[in-house]
Amino acid sequence: MCMNSFLQAENLKFSYINNIEEPPVRTEVLHGVSLDVKKGEFVALLGHNGSGKSTLAKCFNAINIADEGKVYACGFDASLEENLFPIRQRVGMVFQNPDNQIVATIVEEDVAFALENMGVEPAEIRRRVDEALKTVGMYEYRGHAPHKLSGGQKQRVAIAGILAMKPQVVLLDEPTAMLDPSGRAEVMKTIKMLKEEMCVTIVLITHYMEEAAQADRIVVIDNGSIVMDDVPKRIFSQVEKMKSIGLDVPQVTELCYLLRQQGVDLPEDIITEDECVEALSKLLLKK
Amino acid sequence: MAIIRTENLTYVYGDGTPFRKVAVDNVNLSIDEGEFVGVIGHTGSGKSTLIQHLNGLLQPTSGSVYIDGEKLWEDKKRLRDIRFKVGLVFQYPEYQLFEETVYKDIAFGPKNMGLSDDEIDRRIRETARMVGIKEELFDKSPFELSGGQKRRVAIAGVMAMEPKVLILDEPASGLDPKGRDKILGQIREYHKEKKNTVLLVSHSMEDVAKHAGKILVMNNASLYCYDTPVNVFAKASELSAMGLAVPQITRVFKRLDQMGCNIGEEVYTVDFAKNLMLKLLNRNNNMEE
Repeated sequence: MCMNSFLQAENLKFSYINNIEEPPVRTEVLHGVSLDVKKGEFVALLGHNGSGKSTLAKCFNAINIADEGKVYACGFDASLEENLFPIRQRVGMVFQNPDNQIVATIVEEDVAFALENMGVEPAEIRRRVDEALKTVGMYEYRGHAPHKLSGGQKQRVAIAGILAMKPQVVLLDEPTAMLDPSGRAEVMKTIKMLKEEMCVTIVLITHYMEEAAQADRIVVIDNGSIVMDDVPKRIFSQVEKMKSIGLDVPQVTELCYLLRQQGVDLPEDIITEDECVEALSKLLLKK
Repeated sequence: MAIIRTENLTYVYGDGTPFRKVAVDNVNLSIDEGEFVGVIGHTGSGKSTLIQHLNGLLQPTSGSVYIDGEKLWEDKKRLRDIRFKVGLVFQYPEYQLFEETVYKDIAFGPKNMGLSDDEIDRRIRETARMVGIKEELFDKSPFELSGGQKRRVAIAGVMAMEPKVLILDEPASGLDPKGRDKILGQIREYHKEKKNTVLLVSHSMEDVAKHAGKILVMNNASLYCYDTPVNVFAKASELSAMGLAVPQITRVFKRLDQMGCNIGEEVYTVDFAKNLMLKLLNRNNNMEE
């Protein structure tokens, strides 16, 4: 396998089995997915509800085990039972609902939970918990009760709990879905900081196209297969294809697309507010 | 005529304890019948507390609420009838499904209203059609449905009570873009067909801008404004300062205006932006000639 790959799937197939029916019903959700994520990369994983994107993410930290094909996480074969703990310690996962992943009654105890289970020395736990809480900007809240925090703050505590384990990869499954705009901005800022300052590899599942536009690379999954894999500019420039998959593009991209259809001369790869302002002002201030 | 009116509505949580918090502070509001209102405000701004007063789930600490001209809490026996007038769909309503079949779940509200079986049946079929739930699904367990279907069944259950006011708290959260557009489109169709009053609570300015005729903004427990989208988005910088994100497209045109592009209008939807750009470009071209 490629040494640069941090997460790797080779022809990965995965099915859910419904045992309630007799005989059991097998539904294949991933139909032979191959994907390499490199160290330090920030990948956004897009797809409509039921496309298989969460199932794929869960294969990377061995919550789901592939039926066929291979999955490697940080070099460990995810199909081997003895690799379960090493993978879980290196590949952390943050889920959608902040209330479902906080277990302790005090913020700092929650962040320490995994470390205690890993048998880390108390002094080292103290050091790592403080560091993780400082990283996500929640250190002042270390003595607070989690249920009194806002959604964005709770998600940052959940991220701190993962960071304290010193993971090499963080998988985030719609971490901003239940948050308000300022909570979303807090979490996105934290994610970008992890990537830029701590070189953590990030896989972000999201339905917010503006968030995906901030990634290095976008992978689009539809009905259990990867259908697009490219840099954000080249993904979002395919407006019709994105809409046909049930996805969206940022508003600025949509506007420029509609204007181009009317014969207005605009570049195809506008995905950020700044680029849009620049291109439109050029047109309007020509004279 | 105002279907919803509040007078100096104030609500205080945990009064007399160290956790005392004024959640709604002296709100005076009047919403006309048939409006489609977008309700926005950051987390903790008091919007959920406010809407819970509108069907009598919370009793005001002081001030009053009038629904359809009738004052709430004056006669507690009347509350049940008033609650039938104001249907409230909570966030993640799919967790409230409980019946054995989809049909029975939608029937639960109308049944409690004491309607005839024929009327209940008519309403179930009508609302299921409005939210895009096919009749083949009627005998299925609601728990066998997909997440989006479950949510639409839960919404149908409230719509089937034919409330004069329908309030939905974040009906699109957690859905993908297509599911979001579908559910919001169906709510808009319902509004068009029934001409009822709809209040849509949302964190998405883009969605509110696209669907609502009026916008209600809550900030720090107070009513910041209740106005048309044009007038509300004209206050883009104030909204940003409150932690509310105005639509991306609004921000773009604000910046263009500041750069001297002479936009002259409030822009808050992509379609409007497109037409405006074409008009502006045309004007510039004509000036060239």
